[in-house]
Amino acid sequence: MSEVLHVEGLRIEARGAPILDGIALSLQKGKVLGLIGESGAGKSTLGLAAIGYLKAGCAVTAGTVRLLGQDLGQQSPEALRALRRQRISYVAQSAAAAFNPFWRLERQVTELAVTPDRRALARDLFARLHLPEPEVFGRRYPHQVSGGQLQRAMIAMALANRPELVVFDEPTTALDVTTQVEVLAQIRQVVAEQGCAALYITHDLAVVAQMADDILVLRHGRMVEQGAVRQIVEAPRTEYARALVAHRSGSAPPEAAESAPLLAAVGLELGYGRKVIVQEVSLAVPRGQVLAIVGESGSGKTTVARALAGLIAPRTGSVRLEGRALAPLVEGRSAEDRRRLQFIHQLPDVALNPRHPLREIIGRPLTLFHGLSGAAFQTRLAALMADVELPVALLDRVPGALSGGQKQRVCIARALAAEPDLLICDEITSALDPLVEDGILALLQRLMQSRSLGIVFITHNLGLTRRFAHRVAVMERGRIVEEGATGTVFEAPAQPYTRRLLAAAPQMRAGWLTEAIGSLRPE
Amino acid sequence: MTRATLSAVLLAVLVLVALTAPWIAPHPPSSVVTGAFADPSAQAWLGGDSIGRDLFSRTLFGLRHTLGIALAVTVGAALLGITLALVAAIRRGWLDMVLGRLVDTLMAVPQIIFALMVLAVLGVSLPTLIGTMIVLETTLFFRVLRPAAGDVAAMDYLEVARLRGEGLAWTLRREVLPVLMPTVLAEIGIRFAFAALFISSLSFLGAGIQPPDADLGGLVRENALAITVGKLAPLVPAFVIALIAIAVNGVVDGFVRRHAIRPELLP
Amino acid sequence: MSRFSRYLMARIAASVLAIVAVSMIVFIGTALLPGDAAQAILGQEATPQALEELRNQLGLHLPLWQRYLAWVLAALQGDFGVSFSSGRPVIDLILPRLANSLILAGAGAAVTVPLAVGLGILSALYRDRWPDRAIGTISMLLLSLPTFLTGYLLIKIFAVELGWFPALSMVRRSTDLMGWIRALTLPVIALTFVASAHTMRLTRTAIVAILSSDYVMMAEIKGLSPARVILRHALPNALSPVISIAMLTFAYMIVGVVVIEVVFSYAGLGKLIIDAVGYRDLPMVAACGVVFSVVFVSLNLAADVLAMLANPRLRLAA
Repeated sequence: MSEVLHVEGLRIEARGAPILDGIALSLQKGKVLGLIGESGAGKSTLGLAAIGYLKAGCAVTAGTVRLLGQDLGQQSPEALRALRRQRISYVAQSAAAAFNPFWRLERQVTELAVTPDRRALARDLFARLHLPEPEVFGRRYPHQVSGGQLQRAMIAMALANRPELVVFDEPTTALDVTTQVEVLAQIRQVVAEQGCAALYITHDLAVVAQMADDILVLRHGRMVEQGAVRQIVEAPRTEYARALVAHRSGSAPPEAAESAPLLAAVGLELGYGRKVIVQEVSLAVPRGQVLAIVGESGSGKTTVARALAGLIAPRTGSVRLEGRALAPLVEGRSAEDRRRLQFIHQLPDVALNPRHPLREIIGRPLTLFHGLSGAAFQTRLAALMADVELPVALLDRVPGALSGGQKQRVCIARALAAEPDLLICDEITSALDPLVEDGILALLQRLMQSRSLGIVFITHNLGLTRRFAHRVAVMERGRIVEEGATGTVFEAPAQPYTRRLLAAAPQMRAGWLTEAIGSLRPE
Repeated sequence: MTRATLSAVLLAVLVLVALTAPWIAPHPPSSVVTGAFADPSAQAWLGGDSIGRDLFSRTLFGLRHTLGIALAVTVGAALLGITLALVAAIRRGWLDMVLGRLVDTLMAVPQIIFALMVLAVLGVSLPTLIGTMIVLETTLFFRVLRPAAGDVAAMDYLEVARLRGEGLAWTLRREVLPVLMPTVLAEIGIRFAFAALFISSLSFLGAGIQPPDADLGGLVRENALAITVGKLAPLVPAFVIALIAIAVNGVVDGFVRRHAIRPELLP
Repeated sequence: MSRFSRYLMARIAASVLAIVAVSMIVFIGTALLPGDAAQAILGQEATPQALEELRNQLGLHLPLWQRYLAWVLAALQGDFGVSFSSGRPVIDLILPRLANSLILAGAGAAVTVPLAVGLGILSALYRDRWPDRAIGTISMLLLSLPTFLTGYLLIKIFAVELGWFPALSMVRRSTDLMGWIRALTLPVIALTFVASAHTMRLTRTAIVAILSSDYVMMAEIKGLSPARVILRHALPNALSPVISIAMLTFAYMIVGVVVIEVVFSYAGLGKLIIDAVGYRDLPMVAACGVVFSVVFVSLNLAADVLAMLANPRLRLAA
């Protein structure tokens, strides 16, 4: 076996601050190394540095990278480019942005190929990746094909120069779970066929467990742990790796006793203009319970949440609070109803006014709904900060000074300030790193119990649903296809779509991907 | 000193001179004190104008007129344009559509042509002049601020305010305006410089301030003939106009860099 | 119907609407004026009979909308009425002037577009380095210069002091090519000063957006040479915005000529409308205004359509 990549003591700085430090790794021909870590861990920087590419403003200040026997630090820029043109490939996270909108796919995919018959090469590559109509697929422009197809076209492009190393930078993060399984299987297949080495970058431990032989865990630009996949997954040595593994496990909350619904939706039909998006949706959530609405993008789950909150008016059907029909739009609802239902958005960055200090953000519901002022106001504010585990000192800061997890906690505090009975949470953890997500979920669980809140939780994450929700409603193309206690639905799904969705949710155990592909591909 | 500071000092000097013109001008603007296009002398520091009035004094008063009109137009158009842009972005619906169409239509006509036509029909007077310029400047404010306000209106924190039941005025004042403020201020600066150049052009073309009063553009017009005989008389007021624009643009430029406003919103 | 033709139709409809709106404003404005066209033509001393006769002749008794329709129909056939000041048909006066203005603006655009787009691209390629800063400072200075200052400075230096070019750009039908070049040089330089700043800034913004895109980074990662990255991956995407910017520059020139023509006493449409405003020759003002608007609107329309044709994302349906 020959060594393809060897990194030692690598340190990369941007404007004096280290992004990566003390990185050492080795990758053999035919092997896949998984790089895992949260956002800002330096995964992409390392992936690019491995192939001799530094983003603007970055500089290698220590260590060496040996790629295919050559010390990259000693190479001229043109020699580095030649290396990348001829022997290396890179697959970017967002194919939609990484393909040039001006040229047809065929031209871009075969740009680095040396063969004279580019059309034949493109056809072969597209066929290998199971793209539809490989003969004519390459005649299309990037904007004319779907996201999943574009991602596969990018993998085809990566193979065009018969690379000896491919860097995959979160290649499936932007895809729905069912599409993701397909693309993962194809990546694994083509890497094996090609016999090349690969660096596989992801934030999802389950994905990397399926794709890689070895794993390198990065955090804040440093190596936390490195080892074989099974060792990391089954016997992590460091606390951080243990937490990452633990994040994936955990059992469903016990099913609570039947009780009268706090909030119910009856026969909702929703749409914009002439377009119908949601049909015949009914659901109910009692106090002290979490109802998860799960589905892939475009299933209509967020539209349902918006109708519950009164942001769009149902065509038919109604939303009921303790049996009483609410006005369809929030403008028609009483202050009391507005106070009792609180909505938390997906992206705290755009849900918090960047110019307002936290005191104002969290304080506004206190004055508006409860007329608090003076000492009572300050006491309540401090109590809310304690509730969401944020230091009181942050009250005079603006959101820009906070981390993603802290910002989402501020959004939760703002919702709690109204003293609600029900929280509607729209994918509130999907933009957060796994461990931060765990913290937010634990917080919600505690608040739900102490205040006997009802929670409607919109998500595409089945692992999260299994750990967090009492009941689950599965949506597909605007309809609820299955609804029931989380345990029941996950153990014995009654509907084919639910089975597909569950089969496609990545798991860490060995052999899962092969099984998933088997159960998802129609015979 | 940075360019922005220098510009700010220059602007302050220009404003101060405009404010104190009646006291610091050596001669009344309409008295003939020397010969036509006379060379600079102790009597007339910058020489005489086309009929022998003191060019220096007339330039001070011209500066006063130009800045005064530019200020009136900018204040009027800013109030109108910002309000309309914000309300249209939040309320959307028919009001937004009507305003959008109206602005598109007005923008389809070259501004100076529009102003010339209106002034030809209504006749030139200070109110019609300022009114016409306010209409044009309002459309420009709207065109820049409507999309900017639209971006803010699409933010989830406005949805949070809606869910809380906040009124339109509160939402505009507390949620939208603070976020837009840097863009608004930069735009006010840009529009002020533009208004100063625009009134100067109109007066230069004879459709602005009417004689015997003259703003800077009018002074250029009055003395234009002198250039062909090699005199600098029309260049003096023209140069002061350039100073106004350079000072304001310099201040705006520094402001924009400091606040990292998206440059595509600027001229 | 494809998305592109639908867009084209909508865009043309909007342009026509804009011109109709302009013509209405112009017409109603002139019609509501105290004192009517008959008075304006015959003057204050005209006898009531003569006035009445002319009013009948001009159709001033008809309702406003009928007069508007008649005016539009006539205008579509090139009949914009008779100039108050000279008594000649407006169209005969406008056409040669329009040709002169288009020549001036065209020459200005032919110089400005390559120059300013080139500098804009340079500025983007060297962004935040000294060429970019220098170009940025120059463009800010240019934006601050009133057109007539540039014009008179050029006259002072190159006509009065050096005597290389005439101070007044007189052209007539008999002017030969050298005469045209001599007459146009200074006005074209002045126009370039006025218009380049905008063109440079717009180009820089467009190119910077492309250079910081993921697909340009991808091309670099693929190991393509810097020249190939720029020429094959960045610039083709700049085609659409640059075409649009070039057309807008030309449209901007059409407006910029008004002041330039007055400064250089150049016999164009701008000078014509200014003189007409001076005499309150309303048929002439209205006609010039409508012609200016039609040219301006058409150029803007062309800018949008050409930009769309040069961009596959806009040209082809998803």
